[in-house]
Amino acid sequence: MNKIIKYVLHDIFRNRILLAYVVLLSLSSFGLFLMNEDVSKGISNLLTVLLIVIPLVSVLFTTIYFFNSYEFIELLVAQPLKRSKILLGVYAGVGLSLLSAFWLGIGLPVIIFDGTIVGWYFLLSGTLLTMVFVSLAFLASVLTRDKTRGIGIAMLLWFYFTLIFDGIVLMVMFAFSDYPLEKLTIFLSCLNPVDLARIMVLLKMDISALMGYTGAIFNQFFGSSAGIVLAISVMLVWIVMPIALALRIFKRKNL
Amino acid sequence: MFKKQDNDAGKIGDAEAEFHYASFNHFLSIPAFLILLFYFPVNASARVITVKHGTEINTLQKALVLAQNGDIIKVTKSTYFIEDLIINKSVSIIGLDYPILDGQKKGNIIVVRAPRVTIKGFIIRNSGISNIRDKAGIRVEKGDSVNIIDNRLENTCFGIYLAKVNGGTISGNTIHGANSVIQSGNGIHLWYSHYIKILNNKISRQRDGIYFEFATHCEISHNLSETNYRYGLHFMFSNDDNYTFNTFRNNGSGVAVMYTKHIRMTNNTFEQNWGTSSYGLLLKDISRSVISYNTFSKNTSGIYMEGSSDVKAEHNNFLNNGLAIRMLADCEKDTFMLNNFMGNTFDFTTNGSENLNYLKGNYWDKYAGYDLNRDKKGDLPYRPVSLYSQIIEKIPSAVFLLRSFMAELLDKAERALPSMSYVNLYDNEPSMHIIRP
Repeated sequence: MNKIIKYVLHDIFRNRILLAYVVLLSLSSFGLFLMNEDVSKGISNLLTVLLIVIPLVSVLFTTIYFFNSYEFIELLVAQPLKRSKILLGVYAGVGLSLLSAFWLGIGLPVIIFDGTIVGWYFLLSGTLLTMVFVSLAFLASVLTRDKTRGIGIAMLLWFYFTLIFDGIVLMVMFAFSDYPLEKLTIFLSCLNPVDLARIMVLLKMDISALMGYTGAIFNQFFGSSAGIVLAISVMLVWIVMPIALALRIFKRKNL
Repeated sequence: MFKKQDNDAGKIGDAEAEFHYASFNHFLSIPAFLILLFYFPVNASARVITVKHGTEINTLQKALVLAQNGDIIKVTKSTYFIEDLIINKSVSIIGLDYPILDGQKKGNIIVVRAPRVTIKGFIIRNSGISNIRDKAGIRVEKGDSVNIIDNRLENTCFGIYLAKVNGGTISGNTIHGANSVIQSGNGIHLWYSHYIKILNNKISRQRDGIYFEFATHCEISHNLSETNYRYGLHFMFSNDDNYTFNTFRNNGSGVAVMYTKHIRMTNNTFEQNWGTSSYGLLLKDISRSVISYNTFSKNTSGIYMEGSSDVKAEHNNFLNNGLAIRMLADCEKDTFMLNNFMGNTFDFTTNGSENLNYLKGNYWDKYAGYDLNRDKKGDLPYRPVSLYSQIIEKIPSAVFLLRSFMAELLDKAERALPSMSYVNLYDNEPSMHIIRP
């Protein structure tokens, strides 16, 4: 398995796309930090990058990489190797490379310019979010054999989690606005890793006071350490679940 | 000739520097004597009584018994234990090197019941604690023209408490309350008092930093009120007051002003009042008032207005607030001109659709219009109430989508094609540049 990871890492680092990703991330983060006099403003602007760009790149890059190295995976399957080890090896390789890109491109500037607890929460949710979308991309990839469809599914997942889900939530809230919805929102936010990541960062920023302005229960819950532990563990479930499902499918799949 | 007599009296007093009179009455003519009698309370400040350990006068109480109107009592550095010390003569009490007046947590420490009293240069600490009897460090009852200067009040329930006082100055005092919510009263408390000047005081850890009730024609400037448990400044029914160059920082609920007319608040700073129901400035039933050249920064709500009319807000800076202005629908004829709105999560929120207020020429950092005719005013009106803030107004729990892609998209779409927005509030001439006074 280590050999597979090594090979995948080697393969990806040779690739220019990852480098371009690092450059994009560091340009946006340095740019935002240098443009804003106020550091916390920089973080709050970077949040958009964190919530939109990182999931998109993670999910697309992983899916495309998976399909491009499909023949290599087929070759490995022909060897006396466990299928789960093959898939997990590729998974770990892709995940590690994307994480290192994230830490180079965003982690470094955030630590340099910010370095507060907000910054660390920001990096933690970025890390978790990257892994969630790598897992989801693997699930999308094993669901189909066709590259175009795989990428389509991956894009749909991204679109669902960044936009459609929130739209549905808003509609539900409109429909049931006569009922107390605060506890429901806690539950709903657990259904979307992007929302969880956003809330984890927002509640550490000054803006939490504004949250409390109308959503006191919400603020109380995610503001407490128990709430943070829950948020992180739900994110971990979001990482483990898709990849476990992908493993199940991959094991039985007729390649 | 009379003038000369006065001077003589002064010299004699100085020379004696003690508490017995030189008798000089015998060479006065009778009318001159009568006039001098009227003058005496003011001009007899010549007499100085010194309170010192080891001498005959070793307590303030003894000095007060000996003193007459207009005398100066100087108190040397030491600790004096006093309780409900009543000052019923017009004297100046001056501490040398900050002597300590300790109330041993019993009652009030000093109670002033005479006009023209000066208290200067003391450390006053440990008053009793009671919110029913309002125990205070310095309590002034009907003591007109009181001067309370340069004292340090520590661990007093109420700091300085003025009841039915006309005229006077409270300046340069530092008031630091007990570190507990229940044990603290207000830092400077005015009740039915008029024409008071409150200057250069520092107040922290009290319930309300400065509290006014029925206090009119007062001047409040260059004070710092921070980390108080409730409000930094709180007043009710206190018309015609002037607040300038004060700083209200990090108070439990910010600043609250209510049921008042003719207020001027200029050049003040309201900052870091973060909390779930915290305001930079809460205006409730305020009318015909001016709020200008103030800075509101990092507050949950910069200004929260309820039932206020004829308020002019000009040249203020609203920076990095959660809500820069929240104006409830019962406000009317309020004007917002030439203000800067920068870095606020929401610039303006309101709970109604009708608008009877007026916005013009403000700078909004979220304004995305253009200026083709180069008159430095945007060609398109700016709608400061965003669509998403209206959604939150209807469904409070939608706040959990704050800063999500969805919320930003909704606002962008609304800016491009204003169709859903129902609030009738515009700035028709938004400034293209930050406004500098």
